[in-house]
Amino acid sequence: MELTGAQILMEILKEEGVDTIFGFPGGAVIDLYDELIRSELRHILVRHEQGAVHAADGYARASGKVGVCLVTSGPGATNTVTGIATAYMDSIPMVIVTGQVSAHLIGNDAFQEVDIVGITRPCTKHNYLVNRVQDLARTLKEAFFIARSGRPGPVLVDIPKNLGLAKTDYQPIPPVSIKSYNPTYLPNMKQIRKALALLKTAKRPVIFGGGGVILSKASQELSTLAHALRIPVTTSLMGLGAFPGSDPLWLGMLGMHGTYRANMAISNCDLLIAVGVRFDDRVTGKTDCFADQAKIVHIDIDPTSIRKNIPVAVPVVGDCRQSLIALNRMITEEGLVASDEQRQEWLDQVLLWRKQHKLAYEQTAEVIKPQYVIEKLYKLTRGEAIITTEVGQNQMWSAQFYHFDRPQQFLTSGGLGTMGFGLPAAIGAQVAYPEQTVVDIAGDGSIQMNIQEMATAVQYKLPVKVVILNNRCLGMVRQWQQLFYDKRYAHTLFEHAPDFVKLAEAFGAHGLRATRPDEVEATLARGLAIKGPVIMDFVVESEECVYPMVPAGKPITDMLLV
Amino acid sequence: MKRIMKSEKHTLTMLVDNEPGVLSRVVGLFSGRGFNIDSLCVAETMDPKVSRITIVTQANQPLLEQIEKQLRKLINVIKLRDMSDDSSVRREMALICVQARPENRDEILRLVNLFRAKVIDVASNCYTIEASGDEDKMKALIGLLRPMGIKKIARTGTVALFREPKRGI
Repeated sequence: MELTGAQILMEILKEEGVDTIFGFPGGAVIDLYDELIRSELRHILVRHEQGAVHAADGYARASGKVGVCLVTSGPGATNTVTGIATAYMDSIPMVIVTGQVSAHLIGNDAFQEVDIVGITRPCTKHNYLVNRVQDLARTLKEAFFIARSGRPGPVLVDIPKNLGLAKTDYQPIPPVSIKSYNPTYLPNMKQIRKALALLKTAKRPVIFGGGGVILSKASQELSTLAHALRIPVTTSLMGLGAFPGSDPLWLGMLGMHGTYRANMAISNCDLLIAVGVRFDDRVTGKTDCFADQAKIVHIDIDPTSIRKNIPVAVPVVGDCRQSLIALNRMITEEGLVASDEQRQEWLDQVLLWRKQHKLAYEQTAEVIKPQYVIEKLYKLTRGEAIITTEVGQNQMWSAQFYHFDRPQQFLTSGGLGTMGFGLPAAIGAQVAYPEQTVVDIAGDGSIQMNIQEMATAVQYKLPVKVVILNNRCLGMVRQWQQLFYDKRYAHTLFEHAPDFVKLAEAFGAHGLRATRPDEVEATLARGLAIKGPVIMDFVVESEECVYPMVPAGKPITDMLLV
Repeated sequence: MKRIMKSEKHTLTMLVDNEPGVLSRVVGLFSGRGFNIDSLCVAETMDPKVSRITIVTQANQPLLEQIEKQLRKLINVIKLRDMSDDSSVRREMALICVQARPENRDEILRLVNLFRAKVIDVASNCYTIEASGDEDKMKALIGLLRPMGIKKIARTGTVALFREPKRGI
């Protein structure tokens, strides 16, 4: 069957089960768009290409499917870079299709030409420039295969303009295999047996889950392991939701803004089962002191994650879910149980730490505390909303005060820490789940980075709710300046801000504001009840800090507490 | 277990897809992650779809492990081997243009013979020598020629192969 490049693209997207793409047209992709409007694919027209990538990312994080976006060459392509790097750091499966100038112009500094394959080489899992229309179908199939297999990640495919209308014979591509790319899914049983041996003798074990648990859909297996041997569980920011926040074995998040009990448990445990994590510096603090009494078992599908930052006793390369299934099966076969007395001592200790320092804040009658807004939001949404965040204090308070019970519920830029992520990601999540409540918990700084996407939300009737914790400053950097730079607030205090209520209205959305603590609940209730997109502006205490806090580079036991 | 191990030279050989941009992926990985490259060689193999890249790097054991894992993670890297020990042969090559005054011509030719090198170009006042060998031999030859006045030098990186019969690539 003879098809054009543009038709092949639509054909492959259909084959790969794509129903929605996020994009922004331009000269180099005009032929692709001309074919797109004739297809059944749903296209969400964003207002900035960065928004397209974050939206596709939010869609992927919420649904587990591959997020797809389509943008033009040059500036269209460069605008995607932050979004691609965000997805790469958090291992989110995405395919980014960029237009390129026609093949005969490449290298000539043509209009809207940029070497996007060169630019994105270090922040994609893989990328391609397609030279011939005959290669297009296979390249696209490989892109989807690479994006979703192994440790997932973004893959970019750069398509020169002239390929759009070029014709070639198209035959459906058989399932892709790449000889130099074979992710290890099944764990080495010898390693699993070693892990089991450590579990048998451990007195003070802790499980530490990360984003890999969510990506490999291993939450159930993680929970089984924890309950079988009564092991307390902590997660990284990316792992929130992988273990129910309401479970008695839950320790809370660990790390720089982790709970006291999680950091103490990690620092005193004698066995750490790390699953789908990469030991980020925001988690470990000073690496020499991290879990220094523990033997560490590290399960991850990406061998480079293992022994990169932290030496481990038992490395297990494999899919988190498959590895946990193998470990759980062995535990059952051997009839392994936690000795009650011994384990009770450890759980009592954890409980004591919990009582010693809880996450806390003081809500006065006059000024709204940001944590209070999130607690009320948690209550009003019954803990069921999909939450996206921006980056900084809003993100940390969301992690601390909204208790996530299921995976794919908390969507946040963990690795790259991208301000401006939350709103477009919420749009993507809302596209994936039109019936669910999706809330972007934002700061007044970060919401301004991709505020233009409110127009997208309004146009497509995506009822995302934006909760702005408006402290009139760049709160997290201000906090560092307060604590470590003698309150020299170098350019972190905003002297001017838009009126977010009017801004919402200008976009055709609803705007609400609360300035007093007694208005918080009613404002949230009103906002959540509105059928369309809403911005809720909460004027909060500007000097509030996120606690606990471990100063960068210190052991995670060195916590500044409330 | 902490990183107090000493840093040593390692010769890493990899077979990669012979496609545009692949070398850039490999080199970009080294610069982006702060790994070091002492030397680099790349050329097509018997299979025109496959190139061989040989990189000499300095690393301690944990860092070497990380470098190898990161390289293997690249989609275009088909195979990777450490060819640093006696189970492999390593060679580099140099073209050395050395001043050939009447009083040291004999000495130069003697050195050329001793090192089994060749004079491949002769001008009125200089010889261009082609030499190959392992790193130590090249260092020694260059050290001995230096006092006579080396005008120009062009050196390749190291290439390496496993001794036969041995484990593949």
